[in-house]
Amino acid sequence: MKRKLLSALLCASMVAVMLVGCGNGDKKADEPKADEPAAAEEKGDELIKVGIINNDPNESGYRTANDKDLKEFFTEENGYEASFAYSLKNDEQIAAAQKFVTDGVDYLLLSAADTAGWDSVLQDAQAAGIQVILFDRTIDASEDLYAASIVSDMDKEGETAATWLKDQALGEYNIIHIQGVMGSAAQQGRTKGLNDMADAEGWNIITQQTAEWNAEKAQQIVQSEIDKGTKFNVIYAENDDMAKGAVAALDKANITHGVGKEVVVMGFDCNKWALEELLNKNWNYDGQCNPFQASYIDEIIKKLENGEEIAEKTIIMEEKGFDAEEITQDDVDTYGI
Amino acid sequence: MKKNNFLKDLVGRQIFIPIAALLVLALFNLIADPAFFKITLGTNSTGDPVLSGYLITILDYGSELAILAIGMTLVTAASGGQDISVGAAMAIAGSVTLKVLCGSNTRPETLQAPIIVGFLVAVIVAMLFGAFNGVLVAYFKIQPMVATLILYTAGRSIAAWINNNELPVISDPAFAYAGGFIPGIPIPTTCIIAAVCVILIVLVMKFTALRLYTQSVGINESSARLNGLNPEMIKILAYVILGVCVAIAGFIKVSRLSTINYSVIAKDIEMDAILAVALGGNALSGGKFNMGASILGAYVIQFLTTTLYKFNVPSAALPAYKAVVVIALVVLSAPTVKDKLSGLGKKLKSGKQGKEGA
Repeated sequence: MKRKLLSALLCASMVAVMLVGCGNGDKKADEPKADEPAAAEEKGDELIKVGIINNDPNESGYRTANDKDLKEFFTEENGYEASFAYSLKNDEQIAAAQKFVTDGVDYLLLSAADTAGWDSVLQDAQAAGIQVILFDRTIDASEDLYAASIVSDMDKEGETAATWLKDQALGEYNIIHIQGVMGSAAQQGRTKGLNDMADAEGWNIITQQTAEWNAEKAQQIVQSEIDKGTKFNVIYAENDDMAKGAVAALDKANITHGVGKEVVVMGFDCNKWALEELLNKNWNYDGQCNPFQASYIDEIIKKLENGEEIAEKTIIMEEKGFDAEEITQDDVDTYGI
Repeated sequence: MKKNNFLKDLVGRQIFIPIAALLVLALFNLIADPAFFKITLGTNSTGDPVLSGYLITILDYGSELAILAIGMTLVTAASGGQDISVGAAMAIAGSVTLKVLCGSNTRPETLQAPIIVGFLVAVIVAMLFGAFNGVLVAYFKIQPMVATLILYTAGRSIAAWINNNELPVISDPAFAYAGGFIPGIPIPTTCIIAAVCVILIVLVMKFTALRLYTQSVGINESSARLNGLNPEMIKILAYVILGVCVAIAGFIKVSRLSTINYSVIAKDIEMDAILAVALGGNALSGGKFNMGASILGAYVIQFLTTTLYKFNVPSAALPAYKAVVVIALVVLSAPTVKDKLSGLGKKLKSGKQGKEGA
């Protein structure tokens, strides 16, 4: 009896929570509606409904900057009504996409956690007349299923970094390679760049381990190499956090790093603090991964709204690689995220 | 004959499982590479003396897990269930510490408060979250895993929200002492912290009735109540103590890198903490417990991780190896297997005795 009562209570509280949740949602939707006529009259058109599926903004500084950029751009002042869904898991993202399709958004903006498994939901979207725009990450699906894809060319990021490393003309290359979450586009592209160059130049990759974007795992991996007594002179970490973890292990073992030191440290993403490490010559290289995609997306949507054709489906953003010897304070302020 | 008894006594003891696991790992490493056990005294980049070597690495990185294992053992014993929110709670504790130390500026030149204040505030917050879990379990009789699922799900978002989703970085070198080395002391600070925690809990169990009360509540709640104990309070106490452990472990984690990453900090550590308790031979359904075995279990897990890293096993495959350990444990502790094994032991013994008689 007691148990039944308890479960009934629990159910009741869950329903209550859901109602509160929905209540809030309604409020959010309602409030703008109250002002909407005025706003709409001024602009003379309705708000464009966009459903944005992104990775968890806490994943990294890059993602935080990306989410912030999108949130700041897709506002009612700019003529958008945006809903956001976050997950690092592909299946949860697909479920969110299905929900957005059911809700009848005008545009579905998608940064996929994984490249596979998107066909059916995108077909549903197409059937419902929803335009899909991919940002930041590509997927393995037919080009017909989306209107445009705004991406960083991860392969090129890896290639740029590897070419930079080659230009350093080190006597020998013994590389610790710390990878991101296996299977993500960033990991694949950045790994490919290094692997290709290492094969061509005969570089020695001592270890190739995934730290899953986690600084502490990277620290343990490098610590293990130090304990083992292996000689290495390059750390190629696929994001800044992991490079930071690697450097923490180096510091503990009194291995110098940075410009003109024992170990060359390379990171990606251009976090502000990472660029400052470059400025202080503690690191050597940081590859940019441009998180500011909202304006690119907006441009596409404007074109589609005006009935224009998108000539080139894949739009590649401009990205740089920074060298510690050339970086300036201006670069840190402009490109740091 | 006496030796035989001693051996039997050892095998029968609960702490035998983690010790055996430790020995197997140590033996494996000894055969593969005797240099595994080498410890050297060097200096770090600031010129202070530091010890290094695989064993130091194991003790260093196993610290957080060992500290968590203390609290997790108590929670398991008292409430017959596990707290799966410790990883998320560590993110909260770390985030609180950074918030107190950084204020609204994410890149402070000088700290806004003494480091110890940041730590103590985190302890209080973590104790509150522990009490929250404890109340759900003790008074609302929700299964621990379900009750702590709430914080497991929400914790990392709360942690991010505390710092407005920004990632503070502390540049003061003193903050990194807890996760690294204090100048002049060559032993990793994390090991010292873990040792202090272990000594504290040993003293508490020696001079208070915590162990007795926790076990009696875990074994039979109503008879504990009939004997004048308050099972609810004792369960909550266990969760609050786990909260303290979480705060300490979280502090070490943020100190290691002087920053935080809400979604990956202490990821999946709850599973390792539970595994440590299981490795220690403790019944996950509560009741009697052996604190030392749990702590040893934590170091076994780190030993395994470090060994796998040493052999360049892809780190993505680590969970699979841990799974093998879990399977072995579960099978070995299953009643049917236990019966068979003890039957086998008896047979061997009687065989031996027969021979001796002849």
